[in-house]
Amino acid sequence: MPVTVEVQKRKTLRHSGVVRVTHWLTFISFAALLVTGAEIVVSHPRFYWGEVGNVNTHPLFTLPIPASRTTVPTAYHFVMPDQNGWSRYLHFQSAWVLVLAALVYGMAGLWSGHFRRDLIPDRRDWTWRAYWARTARYLRRQPPDRAEAGSYNVLQRTTYLVVIFVLFPLVIWTGLAMSPSFTAAFPLTAAVLGGRQSARTIHFFLSGLLLLFLIVHVTMTALSGFRSRMRAMLTGYTEDPEERP
Amino acid sequence: MNSISRRKLIYGGVAAAAGVAGLATADRLAKRYGLIPPDSGGIYGPGETLTYACQRLLTAHTPAREFPRSMISQKPFANEVAPPNEEFKRLQADGFKDWRLVVEGTVARPMGFSLADLKSMPVHSQITEVACEEGWSYVAEWIGTPLSEVLREAGALPQSRYVVYYAIEKDLWESIDMADALHPYTLLTTGMNDGDLPVPFGGPLRLRVPRQLGYKSLKYVTHITVTDNIKRFGKGLGSVDPEYGYSWYAGI
Repeated sequence: MPVTVEVQKRKTLRHSGVVRVTHWLTFISFAALLVTGAEIVVSHPRFYWGEVGNVNTHPLFTLPIPASRTTVPTAYHFVMPDQNGWSRYLHFQSAWVLVLAALVYGMAGLWSGHFRRDLIPDRRDWTWRAYWARTARYLRRQPPDRAEAGSYNVLQRTTYLVVIFVLFPLVIWTGLAMSPSFTAAFPLTAAVLGGRQSARTIHFFLSGLLLLFLIVHVTMTALSGFRSRMRAMLTGYTEDPEERP
Repeated sequence: MNSISRRKLIYGGVAAAAGVAGLATADRLAKRYGLIPPDSGGIYGPGETLTYACQRLLTAHTPAREFPRSMISQKPFANEVAPPNEEFKRLQADGFKDWRLVVEGTVARPMGFSLADLKSMPVHSQITEVACEEGWSYVAEWIGTPLSEVLREAGALPQSRYVVYYAIEKDLWESIDMADALHPYTLLTTGMNDGDLPVPFGGPLRLRVPRQLGYKSLKYVTHITVTDNIKRFGKGLGSVDPEYGYSWYAGI
């Protein structure tokens, strides 16, 4: 006797409104910060350690690109177009959007229990074994199990926590540590990093790590079903096909 | 109506009311305390206004960041400057004996200062950093007369809101608000690292504004106009910077 399997689509709320809105605000502002940040770096593609650094001092390293200013010696007989004006305006405006979105997200996350529920790994997962087990699943390209369907696994949780509570706060801090007026009021914000130029160098590497996260994040989204993940982050809902005998 | 949507409605209402009240308060505060920069128009206006308003509310009276003598840069970088004009060359040939700083505008006594006049006034020294918007920086000792002393001498009137300052090339001009103009670290600088201020670094007279990026520290200053209306200058954006696409307030 044939058995009919009825597939009923059930909608479950995956992302709250606050998470969705702040996610996309963060994406837009981060994209703008990345482009304008790269544009600003082009005006002086040399990096230093300590408080000061200029073309008369030894760089820590130099990016192998032409500069947009004639005063910077590079290996290229070419000066890029200077786009610093609007890049700086947009960089700081985007930073405001990011910071304000982060404040809303942070307060809502504490209030709603989002961090506790969705991001802090389960106590049983606070072991190297749990991390390794999940990594092995990724390496074997095994699909996520049932428990992960409406939630995040230990690697995702840890990555998000590091990005949200380590990388973004640090990139904001190192950015502020380059502001002459901010450091006038709070000199330690630059001093404890080793100085203004150290802050700039750390800011550059943190941006690189955040870009790496963005690439991995988008890749994983694509691999696990771009359309359904996008739908979830746009509408809030996922459609779980649920089998019923 | 179920409980979730009722809760949402209440939260939404409270948030909207708080938002409206917050904006109204912010607008009142901004107008009262002068928290809106001259280049607040345009698509980057909101970010600039937030930055400037926050700095004025929170850090208007903080000192500049100072460094120990041991941190003075051995190799400061003067940056490029346009070739000097004929007037500059003439003054330089005479050892800048005839260099004049004219102060006028909303002042009780418009007057001119020679470099000797400035040096006979209270002179301060500070070890502060020049940070360029490009990313490079150096630390130097700067010696000069606080702009506030010159403004007091000329009798800046209470309605003054901005100090506009010009280089010997008159198309190079900047302005700062009174918080920065009266700040004790804003120096009409004539000396650097125990000597006269070298020409490549802005000599004989540079206005050092150490709490903002290097481009606000204009070189070769000859003219100061104190004003209550910044819109009358240039395109009304506060300085020549926004006309080239750079922000007026460079304290970030």
